[in-house]
Amino acid sequence: MYFLRRLFLLVPLLLVISFLSFVLVRVAPGGPFDRERKPASSEIERQIKAKYHLDEPVWKQYARFLADLARGDFGISLQYRNHTVNDIIAQALPVSASLGLLAFGFAMGVGLPLGYLTAARRGHYQDYLGSFVAVLMVCVPGFVVAPLLIMYLGIKWRLFPVALWVSPMHAVLPVIALGLYFAGRVARLMREGMLNVMPSEFIMAARAKGLSENALLLKHALPLAILPVVSYSGPLLADLLTGSFVIETIFQIPGVGAFFVNGSLNRDYTLVVGLVILYAVLLIVLNLLVDLIYVLLDPRVKYD
Amino acid sequence: MTEPPLTSSGLAKVGDATLPDRDRASQRSWQRFRRNRPALWSLWLLLFVALGVVAWPIILKIAAVMGPAGADFTQRFQPDRVSDAQFQSPSFAHWFGTDVHGRDLLSRVLYGAQVSLLVGCVAAILSLLIGVVWGAVAGYAGGKTDGLLMRIVDILYSLPSIIFVIVLITTFEGILRRGLARLGAQDLDVSGRLLLLVVGLGAVSWLTMARIVRGQVLSLRQRAFVQASRALGAGPIRVLARHIIPNTLGIVIVYLALTIPAVILYESFLSYLGLGIQPPMASLGSLIAEGADQINPIRTYWWLIAFPSAFLVITLLALNFLSDGLRDAWDVRGEN
Repeated sequence: MYFLRRLFLLVPLLLVISFLSFVLVRVAPGGPFDRERKPASSEIERQIKAKYHLDEPVWKQYARFLADLARGDFGISLQYRNHTVNDIIAQALPVSASLGLLAFGFAMGVGLPLGYLTAARRGHYQDYLGSFVAVLMVCVPGFVVAPLLIMYLGIKWRLFPVALWVSPMHAVLPVIALGLYFAGRVARLMREGMLNVMPSEFIMAARAKGLSENALLLKHALPLAILPVVSYSGPLLADLLTGSFVIETIFQIPGVGAFFVNGSLNRDYTLVVGLVILYAVLLIVLNLLVDLIYVLLDPRVKYD
Repeated sequence: MTEPPLTSSGLAKVGDATLPDRDRASQRSWQRFRRNRPALWSLWLLLFVALGVVAWPIILKIAAVMGPAGADFTQRFQPDRVSDAQFQSPSFAHWFGTDVHGRDLLSRVLYGAQVSLLVGCVAAILSLLIGVVWGAVAGYAGGKTDGLLMRIVDILYSLPSIIFVIVLITTFEGILRRGLARLGAQDLDVSGRLLLLVVGLGAVSWLTMARIVRGQVLSLRQRAFVQASRALGAGPIRVLARHIIPNTLGIVIVYLALTIPAVILYESFLSYLGLGIQPPMASLGSLIAEGADQINPIRTYWWLIAFPSAFLVITLLALNFLSDGLRDAWDVRGEN
């Protein structure tokens, strides 16, 4: 019931978001055609504007936009005029999604073991070293990692291709550059989760029964300690999608982020508004999914 | 429990009794903080960085009036001065080397760090102001006002903040440009750009602060000293300003320390994309972007990336250790 209601709330929420983004994007002066050569005559300019309905008042444009949106149509991109925004999304989203999912796998694959190790060896040198590495990962942004990876792994040692999105080998450097920060976040959450669970009474009971320390940590502490990571993974996926802005620009990957940055620099109204809505939908749905998984994993959690 | 006598002296006693308690608690927190060595070292390191960043432009100004040798020094280290010495690797004359226009990189990094730190701190303080007022009003008013204010926070939470910043900044930039053109002024200048960034970043960073402050206010509102103040006829603004907000300050400051590195990271992210600080001004993010532009298969100019990156990473590390230390000492549980 709770989830149905939340799904239902999606509609007014999206209305508000679409309205906000539409108004914000349109209110700014300057249009998508400002950077081009001046049209031959004002007549032609008028016709171009009329074609894209830019001569109408904003509320009328918004109504038209909503009507199109109800049919699932985001309109024609004003910058790439042979493509609809739907085309661009259909082309770019799979690229961004696979980049994001691979980076998600990387962040979990590195972060979970690292967090587990530092918690299991608390107070030993592995803990200090591992915790420092985790903080370091959180403090090194992707746009610092990416140029270093390109310079050394890409150009100097020629291990991986430095740009584009063609073969699996092309994915290695961007995935590392994108996922490293989040691996650090996951490791810190994991460690904190473990340390919060360890003093619980059921752990003490299991230890008193003579369970080995490894079985104790893996079978009893881990399932509970991982819950903060689960609830973080919704925002994490969304952050991976938007975090890829810089990574996609650096590695020249034709994903959604690169289009969004270009679109907002060139005031491509329809593209920007379409992508904002896309991101909002993704974020909300992902959070909903994560909450669902959370309920399945932790029977103590109940939503009324 | 016996009711305190309803005389002014009796109520003053209630007020007094809460004060030393709070002082003791904050003293304990300070002690815990002082025992956290990484946090203390980070604090010293940050003070040192701040000193260097502030002192460097002053040193250049002073050197300029100290005779020909000093003037020469200032000339060599002007961050905007173009020279023929392009792409010099780090040497005694240029500790961090020089960039594509032969400008001294050390000087540019120090000026860039100044911009990054300034934007980070001011935007974080702006987010603090918005968040505290928003959360305090929501928590204190309660009922429909609370519901409305927190629903707005929920909606903003569901927007990816980096996207929101980009849309906000491009919108405000257009509006500012038009306003300036109407006034007959030049194009957007340095301070306008900074203002834009600060407002944009502040406008998206206050959400968690508002939630934390609201939670605090909800529990503080029920406390005896607040009830007493209200019984004596204090209006809501006075109660909030004198009794409630001062009691949330500990947590607010801890959370401010967590916000600053996040905002600095955001700013460098935007500047890297070319949406933040524009040349000839630099921030750490745009310096790293300039270095990344020079990557080519023939020669590596590693210092162009290494020094601004190292400066950014070390600053962020120190801020993280510091805010972790503060959070542990005050035992604040934020979100995330």
